[in-house]
Amino acid sequence: MEILYESFLTLFQSGGWKYVVMWAIGGLLIFLAIKKDMEPTLLLPLGFGTIMVNLPFSGAIGEEGPLQTLFDAGIANELFPLILFIGIGAMIDFGPVLANPKLMLFGAAAQFGIFLTFCLASLFFDIPDAASIGIIGAADGPTAIVVAQKLKSSYTGAIMVAAYSYMALVPIIQPPVIKALTTKKERLIRMPYRGKSVSKTTKILFPIVITIIAGLVAPSSVALVGFLMFGNLIRECGVLDSLSETAQKVLANLVTIFLGITIAVQMEATKFLQPATLLILALGLFAFIFDTAGGVIFAKFLNLFLKEKINPMIGAAGISAFPMSGRVVHKMGLKEDPQNFLLMQSIGVNVSGQIASVIAGGLILSFFL
Amino acid sequence: MDFLNNFSAQRFLDSLQYMWKGMLCIFIVIGVIIIFIYGMNKVTNKIVSKKQSKDSAEQ
Repeated sequence: MEILYESFLTLFQSGGWKYVVMWAIGGLLIFLAIKKDMEPTLLLPLGFGTIMVNLPFSGAIGEEGPLQTLFDAGIANELFPLILFIGIGAMIDFGPVLANPKLMLFGAAAQFGIFLTFCLASLFFDIPDAASIGIIGAADGPTAIVVAQKLKSSYTGAIMVAAYSYMALVPIIQPPVIKALTTKKERLIRMPYRGKSVSKTTKILFPIVITIIAGLVAPSSVALVGFLMFGNLIRECGVLDSLSETAQKVLANLVTIFLGITIAVQMEATKFLQPATLLILALGLFAFIFDTAGGVIFAKFLNLFLKEKINPMIGAAGISAFPMSGRVVHKMGLKEDPQNFLLMQSIGVNVSGQIASVIAGGLILSFFL
Repeated sequence: MDFLNNFSAQRFLDSLQYMWKGMLCIFIVIGVIIIFIYGMNKVTNKIVSKKQSKDSAEQ
């Protein structure tokens, strides 16, 4: 009875309103996950965890709290996001990129938003925090978690919410940006898909060589790239089908459950309810917009020199929100011309974005660790 | 409003070098990967077509 009294007292004391606001934010995340189907696998656990950690005297956090223990065991040391990468790697088919490797250039160009946002964020935040905010533009939750944790950012909670929310909002964020940067004529450009066969040897060597190249250029990226590529190697080797299936389904789902609810430790009212959070959300949106713009403008630039023109919309798929971004571009192409099928090209660019964003994360770590 | 007190134009100017360095590094890495894929596709396709022509000759 005494505890009940103290809990209520805490709610009505000065600053108690913050708990209520955090419950509302948790409820909003759950609503967006269930009703709007926005990244439900992450936003729902995150929303529920937000409520759990923002109850007065919550036993979920603190020195012996289970969420804090999970956080220390799986996120503070970046283990959960890296294990999740094994599952993601096992899910991705790099076939479209291997058949048409030049698509990878768009994946590189679409990382522009990360670095531009980093520069802008550095006006207001110290370099490690600015770099962690910039990485929201990687459009890749695990990369954002790893970078923010390694750089010891004080804003991991806000960065997570921004990264996952904007990934879910890709179908809303990207189309206006693409339309603003392209003409109707450009959006109508057809790109016939010439699927070339890719040998199994190439598919097996690809993850190994990517890990070596990325590791040599940015040693800090070895864990990020390596776990992603290890998952892909399990998929492509052909002798570990049951492991590949486990990584894609059971492992990825299991880690996602813990990742979402554990990240909520960073959603404590005192850490999250700051004016800086709003600025971080704005900068995250800026990063997504300029990632999209980077890819589209790069495609337009290439068109100046190419005989067979590229539909610049596919450049937008270079952000690594996989596979939403590829689908958005495909749907926009069909809307402009029902006979214009850009799915294979846009998915190829999208997959390249996944690789490029992980490399960008590794580079940021190399620069600032 | 801690972040407003932390405003620094100099930090912004210093950070610009990382923008071009970062983008340059990404393009270099991706460029190397593209070259590798082209090379691998060429080599493995040659081996496959050689195998196929050998098989058809045996038949």
